Amino acid sequence: MKETTEVHAYSVDGLRFSYGHPGGSRSVNGWVLDGLTFDVRPGEIVGVLGPNGSGKSSLLKILAKVLRPQEGSVRLFGRELLGMPQHDVARAVALVPQESQIAFPFSITEMVLMGRFPHHRRNIGLSGLGWEGPEDIRVAEAAMRETDVLHLAHRSITDVSGGERQRAIIARALTQEPKVLLLDEPTAFLDLHHQLDICSILRRLNQERGLTVILVSHDLNLASQYCDRLLLLDRGRTVRLGFPEEVMTPEVLEEVYRCRVLVDRHPQSGLPRVTLPGRPMTEA
Amino acid sequence: MGLITGQTQSEERRAVVSAPVVPAGEVAAPMPTAPVGLSRLSPLRWQLTLSALTAVAVLVLLICLQFGAERIDLAEEIRVVGLAVREGQAGIESAGATGVILMQVRLPRVLLAFMVGGCLAAVGVGLQALLRNPLADPYVLGISSGAALGAGLAILFGLTGTVLAFSALPLCAMAGGLLSVLVVYRIATAYGYLPIHTLLLAGVILNAVFSALVMFVTSIMEPNRSFGMMSWLMGTLTAPDYPAMLVLAGYLMVGLFVLFRQAASLNLLTLGEESARSLGVDVETVKKTVFFTSALLTGAVVSVSGMIGFVGMVIPHAMRLLTGADHRLLLPASALVGGLYLMAADTIARTLLAPTEIPVGVVTALAGGPFFIYLLTSRKGRLA
Repeated sequence: MKETTEVHAYSVDGLRFSYGHPGGSRSVNGWVLDGLTFDVRPGEIVGVLGPNGSGKSSLLKILAKVLRPQEGSVRLFGRELLGMPQHDVARAVALVPQESQIAFPFSITEMVLMGRFPHHRRNIGLSGLGWEGPEDIRVAEAAMRETDVLHLAHRSITDVSGGERQRAIIARALTQEPKVLLLDEPTAFLDLHHQLDICSILRRLNQERGLTVILVSHDLNLASQYCDRLLLLDRGRTVRLGFPEEVMTPEVLEEVYRCRVLVDRHPQSGLPRVTLPGRPMTEA
Repeated sequence: MGLITGQTQSEERRAVVSAPVVPAGEVAAPMPTAPVGLSRLSPLRWQLTLSALTAVAVLVLLICLQFGAERIDLAEEIRVVGLAVREGQAGIESAGATGVILMQVRLPRVLLAFMVGGCLAAVGVGLQALLRNPLADPYVLGISSGAALGAGLAILFGLTGTVLAFSALPLCAMAGGLLSVLVVYRIATAYGYLPIHTLLLAGVILNAVFSALVMFVTSIMEPNRSFGMMSWLMGTLTAPDYPAMLVLAGYLMVGLFVLFRQAASLNLLTLGEESARSLGVDVETVKKTVFFTSALLTGAVVSVSGMIGFVGMVIPHAMRLLTGADHRLLLPASALVGGLYLMAADTIARTLLAPTEIPVGVVTALAGGPFFIYLLTSRKGRLA
């Protein structure tokens, strides 16, 4: 593509990561991520795909500086990620985790407002109070309207459905006003209507504000439709990185997922569409 | 059932109390939705709640002062307290026996109960947030039994003498509490970071070991000491003189303030360490601060009160239903209510079978135990 001098949103180089004892033997557990190298341009939507245990979630957590890699470097808009204070990272990058178990009865509003923490943590000062200002409330309210949880504002996060909680957490991520949004299975708990909603919100934020999006998904079709590029992982290594047409071929998918798939074209967009084989009866 | 009503009430209460803070004009868009300003903790609700709780605490304090071996009339009580405040020692003496009973016997005891209860509840709030477990408290983590072991050893060897106005017993208790935190922390950080479940398990095991050691120490004491040790272990408030109390109060205030400064971070930590980190919290620093402050507070408190259970677990839980989960309010509110709860429990302990005293730990356990079981079996109590 274009030869750029622009700063990448992420430059990942030779990334290696494993869970376990930092001083201990790594070969026992093996590398969860084994030598990843890729770039993400600002304003891109990148989908990370791969079978269970291929290291997708670990990769997202490393990009949010929640986990630390053992080897390799990650640069966020040109800055070395590991050298940045956590709150600086949190102002640029928001992570929507796969699962959120919340034990305490915060209201949805309080939950969403937590996204302002990296912005107003300086106001917290000596007293430890740090009240949210009108600007914080305005941002949170806009995010809640966008993700359709404003009518749940007063409800406790422990009392709403899984999909509502997920939307609230996406609202919290938007409230961080990040430049990069990392999502781990954002649509897993959502019904069709809200899946579509979230996808179009992501696309709109991407187009209007140039938000960079990196999302992990098991939903190959959703990734194909909404992502500019796809990163296909298997056992911690890159299998393919490219446009949906390049990655979503029967040969590549069958090699990685170890099962037969059918790939045709989406009737509207013409992008690749993946289907599992039907019953033998229809083949006969 | 009761739970549901409790919640509805607390929601209504929030809505009512915080209503005036955000003018209607500020809430944009005339949509049929709940305005965001109404469903968060506002500075006004914070002030109102804490003022109200302070007023209740003062009231409970005055009522608790009335009771004892003999009951003192409220008007008389207020007159004597006023006299003592205005004229100091001379005022107490002019009030005669009542003055001495009120100001030198009951008031120190009641104030001590307030401080101990407040600290236990505040430490409970901090630890519950840190462990994301509504059932955690200084006991579950073995901090209290570590402190008890320190104090037990001090009694066994008859250690006396003071360092900076602190006598040997509280210092040994704090050392014991700190020791158990260090051991727990050490076990749990064997893998380079601090996974919460490992920590909880480490605490449970340490608690068992330290409790066994405390029993061992008690069993080899001289009989008269071991009797004192037993009643102390069951939780008995022993009020020091006023100067020592002042030092204790100052020390506890500093600890509580350090804890309170972490309130906003604690809110985020309840989401889990990874989420907290991704939202910009320096998780390791907050965890260390809260753990070590909790250990030092618990050690100091255990040294003057022995093992008083359930305050640190029950009060934060009950307050969460009343004030919501925001730690900026939950922490000071729990401290106030923990204080007034222990004042009341101690008053019952020393008057119910007067002149015999029941250990206050027995009272709090009898009141707290059933609540604990209710939490375990209810939806709200499920382990995080």
